[in-house]
Amino acid sequence: MQAIFLAIIGLSSIFIGYRFYSKFIAEKIYQLDPNFETPAHSMRDDVDYVPTNRVVLWGHHFTAVAGAAPIIGPAIAVIWGWLPAFLWVTIGTMFFAGVHDFGAVWASVRNRAKSVGSLTGDVVSPRARNLFMVVVFFLLMMVNAVFGVAISTEFQATPSSVIPAWTAVVVAIGIGILIYRMHIPILWPTVAGTIILYAVIYLGELVPISLADGTLGLPAGAQWIIILFVYAGIASLLPVWLLLQPRDYINGIQLFVGLGLLYGAVMIANPTVVAPTINPNVPASAPPIIPLLFVTIACGAISGFHGLVGSGTTSKQLNKETDARFVGYLGSVGEGALALVAIIAATAGFASLGEWEEMYSEFGNGGVGAFVSGGATIVSRGVGISYEFAATLLTVMAVLFAGTTMDAGVRLQRYIIQEWGSIYNIPVLQNGYVATLAAVTSCLILAFGAGGPSGEGGMLIWPLFGTTNQLLAGLTLLVISVMLVKLGRPARYTLIPMIFITGMALAAALLQLSTLYSAGRWALLGIDVVIVLLAIFTGLEATSAFMRERKASTAGANA
Amino acid sequence: MDKICTYFGRFKELLEEFYVSPYRGAVARARRDEDDLFMLFVFGELMGVPNPATYYTLELQPLLLERFHDWHRRQGFEHSPLDGFRCC
Repeated sequence: MQAIFLAIIGLSSIFIGYRFYSKFIAEKIYQLDPNFETPAHSMRDDVDYVPTNRVVLWGHHFTAVAGAAPIIGPAIAVIWGWLPAFLWVTIGTMFFAGVHDFGAVWASVRNRAKSVGSLTGDVVSPRARNLFMVVVFFLLMMVNAVFGVAISTEFQATPSSVIPAWTAVVVAIGIGILIYRMHIPILWPTVAGTIILYAVIYLGELVPISLADGTLGLPAGAQWIIILFVYAGIASLLPVWLLLQPRDYINGIQLFVGLGLLYGAVMIANPTVVAPTINPNVPASAPPIIPLLFVTIACGAISGFHGLVGSGTTSKQLNKETDARFVGYLGSVGEGALALVAIIAATAGFASLGEWEEMYSEFGNGGVGAFVSGGATIVSRGVGISYEFAATLLTVMAVLFAGTTMDAGVRLQRYIIQEWGSIYNIPVLQNGYVATLAAVTSCLILAFGAGGPSGEGGMLIWPLFGTTNQLLAGLTLLVISVMLVKLGRPARYTLIPMIFITGMALAAALLQLSTLYSAGRWALLGIDVVIVLLAIFTGLEATSAFMRERKASTAGANA
Repeated sequence: MDKICTYFGRFKELLEEFYVSPYRGAVARARRDEDDLFMLFVFGELMGVPNPATYYTLELQPLLLERFHDWHRRQGFEHSPLDGFRCC
């Protein structure tokens, strides 16, 4: 099988999904109205609520949702063979992610741009809103821990990426100061920043940096994890304009460059997929494909995190309601395209089946490592740059995505802790420094609790992270479905994905209970127990909300 | 050539928008926090907070008068905290 066919079939499928299925959903189910006054107009304040060009809005929605997760998940999941991952990414994007992301934007726009969290309180029940907050906190804790571990692993595997990755922080701060403080128009800082960013990749190759094992009695991996969290803690306290905003912007550029480079290289080099269609020799450490495939690939097929973005900033800036289809559905198409190229890199970037099987000898061994190694082979063959340069470039891309998510994730965790401090009247938690310390400590406990003193086994958190992410997606789909029932429209297009994804998340969480218990991973087992309880409560809330709505509509019909 | 300039100008606008739009609210709040701190420097002396630069900040008071009402409300004072400065 040539990789070019995978790329063409995959991309065509998700574009067909956009062209036809999203049109059907927009016209018949969400019934978008071009004359509806969106919150960007009705509540316009030129700060949060501003009508924005739909291409720009799509750009930042897409770059906000696409990060390291659609790379890591698919690159782990191909352990079961390329076909299951390919099918779940394409079908998931068409019928799950697209409807979910598009629906989150639509539901929020129809409710004064409220977040899905508040909508859960309004539409389902106040209990469900609390459930939502807990799920979000767990999700952030896990994403920070797992990305910390992933970056640490990559810094050790590709020491040439250390200097370029940290230089990106300096470049971002430089851009932030030039634009915010010195009011320089954006074009020149962008050009200069991009040139510096790619030029230091050469420097990284010349000066690779590795930490020595044993400093402060810690292995190198653990040292990197601690350094990363100290950085994330400090970064999350800095003003948004100084680091987060320019860093996000650089990432956006990197994403477009990286996607173009990878797809271009696939088209030119046209490598052969060496991984089996369905792997008959799955390693003993790998869990069963059903339900684990559906939580291992979360972002790239469906991800609850997108609902937070869609109902956070995107819905406040939507110019016309009909733009929701372009921004929401096409945003998930973009992420599906990234997941697809990650599958191609992790299955077609190896010289032989033996080499591929060596990489996938254990569950969780793939991930960023497989993406970088496979992707670099394809890029070096397609574009004609050296393998080492391509590997550093792709590592830096993945590390920057993961690092920015950590910055934003620790910041959001701090907000939630501060809010809890204010709700439960605990003044000490309302302090920004204390809340940040609590956030960082919780992530470190999780990273080392899961991965042992070296943090090496930390990727075990991945399926649990995916499970929580899918539960969040289930909650968002529940809100959309209840809204549709209230409006008297067919809810099956969101209800079936909701039942499927919540069911898979619950099954995955239950299955991992026994795996984690027999492996003696007590920290993760504790978290898994909480996830099982959250999944059960999500199911109960969903049933109760639907029974209530059905009763209300029957009463309405009788009256 | 004119067409190219127009397209280039439009591209710069979109790039600017791409940079600004996700963080417009957060940056506006950060800017307001800085302005609030500056207001405290300017009006602090009137509330009994010693300020060695009063000689200079005094000159700025008339210029910041229009912002005074919003500022004291944001700081949690329903009415003006200053005797000689009754805006509401």
